[in-house]
Parts: sequence; C-alpha cells; structure tokens
Amino acid sequence: MRTIIRSGLLVVLLLVASLATAPDLHAASPLPAESVYHLPLVLTDQDGHAADWRAHRGKVQVVSMFYTSCAYICPLIVDSGKAIERALDAPMRERLGILLISMDPARDHPAALATVLRERKLDPLHWSLAAPQAKDVRAVAGILGIRYRELADGAFNHSSALVLLDAEGRILARTEQVGSVADPGFIDAVRGALAH
Amino acid sequence: MRGATILAGSLALAVAGAPAAAGANDDGAYETLPAATFRTSLRYEDAPTSPVATFAMMRTPVTNAQFLAFVEAHPQWRRDRVPRSLADARYLAHWDSANTLADPAQSTQPATQVSWFAASAYCEAEGARLPTWIEWEYAAAADDRRHDARDDPTWRERILAWYARPSSQALPGVGAGTANAFGIHDLHGLVWEWTDDFSSLLVSEDNRNQGDADTARFCGAGALSMDDRENYAVLMRVAMLSSLQASGTTRNLGFRCARSSR
Repeated sequence: MRTIIRSGLLVVLLLVASLATAPDLHAASPLPAESVYHLPLVLTDQDGHAADWRAHRGKVQVVSMFYTSCAYICPLIVDSGKAIERALDAPMRERLGILLISMDPARDHPAALATVLRERKLDPLHWSLAAPQAKDVRAVAGILGIRYRELADGAFNHSSALVLLDAEGRILARTEQVGSVADPGFIDAVRGALAH
Repeated sequence: MRGATILAGSLALAVAGAPAAAGANDDGAYETLPAATFRTSLRYEDAPTSPVATFAMMRTPVTNAQFLAFVEAHPQWRRDRVPRSLADARYLAHWDSANTLADPAQSTQPATQVSWFAASAYCEAEGARLPTWIEWEYAAAADDRRHDARDDPTWRERILAWYARPSSQALPGVGAGTANAFGIHDLHGLVWEWTDDFSSLLVSEDNRNQGDADTARFCGAGALSMDDRENYAVLMRVAMLSSLQASGTTRNLGFRCARSSR
C-alpha cells in the first residue's frame, strides 16, 4: 500500500515536473535568427494570465497592436482579424492564433481586454488580447514595425499593421490594409503559412 | 553641473576646465539639463509646447571603445550572436571582428551601425535609457552661448554645412568641438542619434485606412508637420529617424544615453 502511495506520489511529481518543463520543449530547439520571439516580452492577457509571448511559439499568429479605448482604427483591427478568419476553412481557422497587443498598458487591464473580447464575440481559444509592461511597449512596436505616439488627451496616433508570424516567430507578411475587407495578398500568405 | 559632478566625480577637472579640451578622457560622463517648457519645431496640434523634466544626458555619444566593453560584458550583443530580428546584417560590420575594433582611431569615434535595440540595451545596462526626441531636440537647440539658438541664421548655416559634407570621410572622435551651453558635445556635426521614441515620429503616409475620410483626418491630425520650416537640422533628423526600423543600422547613426532626474 505504502509503495503504491509512494509510486503514485512519484507519478504526480513527475507530472508536475513535466508540466513545469513543458514550455522548455520549444526552447530545446533554438529560435531562428529572424524570430521576433528573441525579444523578451511578458504579456498579460484578458484572463490576467501573464506569460512571455514565446508561449505563442508553435502556432502561426496574426499580430497587431491596438488599445481598448480607441474609437476609430482599433475596431477595424478587430474587423481585420475576423475577416481573416472568415476567409479560412475550419481546419485552418483552428490552427491560427490572433494576438492583439495593447499600446496602452496603463489602462488596458485584463478586465478592459476581456470586455472587448466579449463585446466583439471573439473566441478566446483563438484570440488573445494582451498588454505588455509599460517599459516594453516601444520595443514590441519596434520589432513589429508599428509606429505610435501618445497624444496629450491619452489617445494614440499609430500606424495600423497586421503582421503574420510563422510558428517560430518569423515575419512572413504584413499589411496596412485594415477593416472588414481583407487584403487578398495577406490572406494568401496566411493560407500558405497554415498549409504547412 | 551638479549632476555631472555626482555621476562622474573623478572627472571634475574636465567639467571645470575648458570645454574644448574635454575629449576621450570623459567619455560616458553625464551633464544635467534643467527642466523647461520647450517649444518643439514639430507641429503637434495636441501639444505645441512640451514640458521637459530635469534630466541628465551623456556629454558625448557612446564610442566604439565603450560599445566594445559593453559587448564583451553582454556577449549576446556580439555581431556574430545577435538575433537578426534585433540588429540587421550591417550591425558592427565596421569592426575587424565580433570583439576587435578595426583600428586605434575607431576607439574614440562614435559607435555607429548599432540598432535601436542594441543602443537601448547599452543604456539599460548602465541604468540609463535613450533620450526622448523632445529631450534630444531641447539639448540640440543650444549653441555655445544660448540654450535656444534656433532663430539665429548663422547657427543654422553652420549646422547645414555639416550636412553638405560627404559622409564617406572618416568620422572624427567624440568631444572634439566646443560644448554647447548645456555642456553637451556633438549634437550636430558628428553623427545622427537614436532616440527612445524614434518611432513616434509619424509621417502622415504611415497612417492608412480604407478610405474613411473621418478616420483619415483623425490620423492626420496627430501626424507631425514642421512648425519651423527653416529648421532643416530638425527636419532632416525627423526624416531620417522616421524612416528607420528598430533593428536598422547605418554608418552615420550612433547614440548617447540619458537618465531621468531622481
């Protein structure tokens, strides 16, 4: 009996150990030199879960930047993500992640992010809305090639780009055409990335 | 002066002495600049003047010798190890090897061919940061006597003479000229410099959308234009910085660090 308990405990311990090391399975293979994931970046998502964005490694991602109090362009960025999903068949849609990174971490707490997710009816299995730490906003914008300036009234002036990352974080394509009409060239690139 | 004394006490002689003599021996020293309400030459409809808090800025740009010391302490920034996503293929390509300068003259020349990521990492390693655009523009508005010499045509012409010089010539060492009225060297006439918020310099073409005129106007209002069309020095800096990627490097683009006042 005692042995059984012991071995049961051992199994639990092994399970815990394997869970703890699970993210490192990817780390075993080095990132390609072009990967954006070389930039250390802790993101806190709509559930309040904080993790380095390397957690998205292993899955093709469409990434953009936004902020929740934005009334004009940012809803169009969400529309863009939805348009891309509509253009894909179900199996491809399952394999795509959409990551929207806030440029306004001071205001975009998990609750604000969760509200957008709910109001825009975004599937949390595929969509992640997340905020970096304030000190990292300029760097993540830099690596994605997105430019922004905070205005005196707290709004942001920013360029709007959708960036396609392969599973290893290499930038495959980008478009600055946002809105409910998807950029056909960009859709082709997304399909191509998901076809592998 | 107080900041420079605190941050570089051993360099008191250089601080007290003739600014023109300040050279390689005070590399890395900081000078404190007083708080001000600064009128930027960029036209921002939301904020025509910007408050600048007291801050300290390196008297001279970071040199190759200083950057080599950083690379040796932080080997992930060696040119043969840095990820391509953080520094392009020309990163430190002017050195002989990943940890050797090409010639002795390079050691006092400003470190160029460094990306924004690498420059930021350098400053972070010494508890500092890159200056913001507004801090840089404020410091660079001074000539050797006045904190704001921007309206003086003679001073403007002197700056423009630098832009007319071919960039193929070897770079001089840092700190060779006269310090400006803030005690800062080389803001004009040596290299371009990164700012922390270089990517906030939005030119209007950066904002595109699907033909929604209202949205287009909203974005255009925040995009910059020049309030001071005679200030070519600022205009050219903005044009250059707004064209860069954060991983980009050029032969004439260096940096210096700044610190917020504590």
